[in-house]
Amino acid sequence: MALKRNVGLKGIKYRGGGPMLAWALHRISGLAIVLFVGLHVISSFFMQQLGSDIATALNTVYESIYFQFIVIFIVLFHALNGLRVIILDLWPQLIKFQREATWLQWLIFIPTYGMTVTIMILNQLQGG
Amino acid sequence: MSSRPAPQIGFSFEYLMWIFTRISGLVMYLLAFVGLVMAFWMGAHQQVDIGALARWTFFPNPNHVTNTNIPDVTLGWSNAWWQVMEMLIFLFAVTHGMNGVRVIYEDYIGNTWGRALGRGIIFLLWIFLLIVGIYVILAS
Ligand code: HEM
Repeated sequence: MALKRNVGLKGIKYRGGGPMLAWALHRISGLAIVLFVGLHVISSFFMQQLGSDIATALNTVYESIYFQFIVIFIVLFHALNGLRVIILDLWPQLIKFQREATWLQWLIFIPTYGMTVTIMILNQLQGG
Repeated sequence: MSSRPAPQIGFSFEYLMWIFTRISGLVMYLLAFVGLVMAFWMGAHQQVDIGALARWTFFPNPNHVTNTNIPDVTLGWSNAWWQVMEMLIFLFAVTHGMNGVRVIYEDYIGNTWGRALGRGIIFLLWIFLLIVGIYVILAS
């Protein structure tokens, strides 16, 4: 008897498109900011009040340029994507331009992020 | 796209938090804009590198601009105005963020006990972070 089921990898193929990727990134970036801000606030408290070693260690991580690249990516993405969500929620008739809005958002994100990172790398190379 | 359908308009916790998330998003933009413009007005263009400027814009604490070329942060960059700004940003950001954690948690945990426990823990974390943060703001 021949196998009637369609066995294959089609089912797991990613079909959500740009907006779904944006939604997943929004969740992840939101949680990441809560984690980052929460730890930062607590470590600032220990730094300020006790000059603690653990707080110094955490600050060293936070001050590393690679960590800053990640933080800037996450915060900038969450803020821009959040603005898109807010605008589309306030004017629901615009929802039909959802895909275009997502593209526009990346069109703003890429140069803003790219320029920031470039300037930071140049400063780093100058020993700034 | 919204993660869940927007809640029914009305006087419910879910709807109030949905509105609050959007309003606090806009308020954070406004507060960041004020911080950025005032930083340039105080001479950021000559004195502050881009990393410190980003930190200041997100949270205008004098410690965020101490390793820059500002001759004296106590002139303009560190006063009661910025402490109020910091407290506003912090209040909106932590409330927005902690409510976001609640929304995500409740999307995955369906049962009543799990939800009650989650809400309790998230509420305590929210209060705890607010107290610690405001202490740090007032002491810096
Ligand atoms: C200008 C700044 C920000 C804007 C415009 C913004 C906007 C938004 C919007 C519109 C949502 C709702 C998304 C939805 O319903 O699908 C959201 C969710 C969320 N935000 Fe923000 N946000 C900002 C900053 C922050 C900060 C500072 C934090 C953390 C402290 C944060 C953490 C979260 C979390 C955890 C969620 C829940 C994600 C979800 O429900 O999928 N956001 N944000």
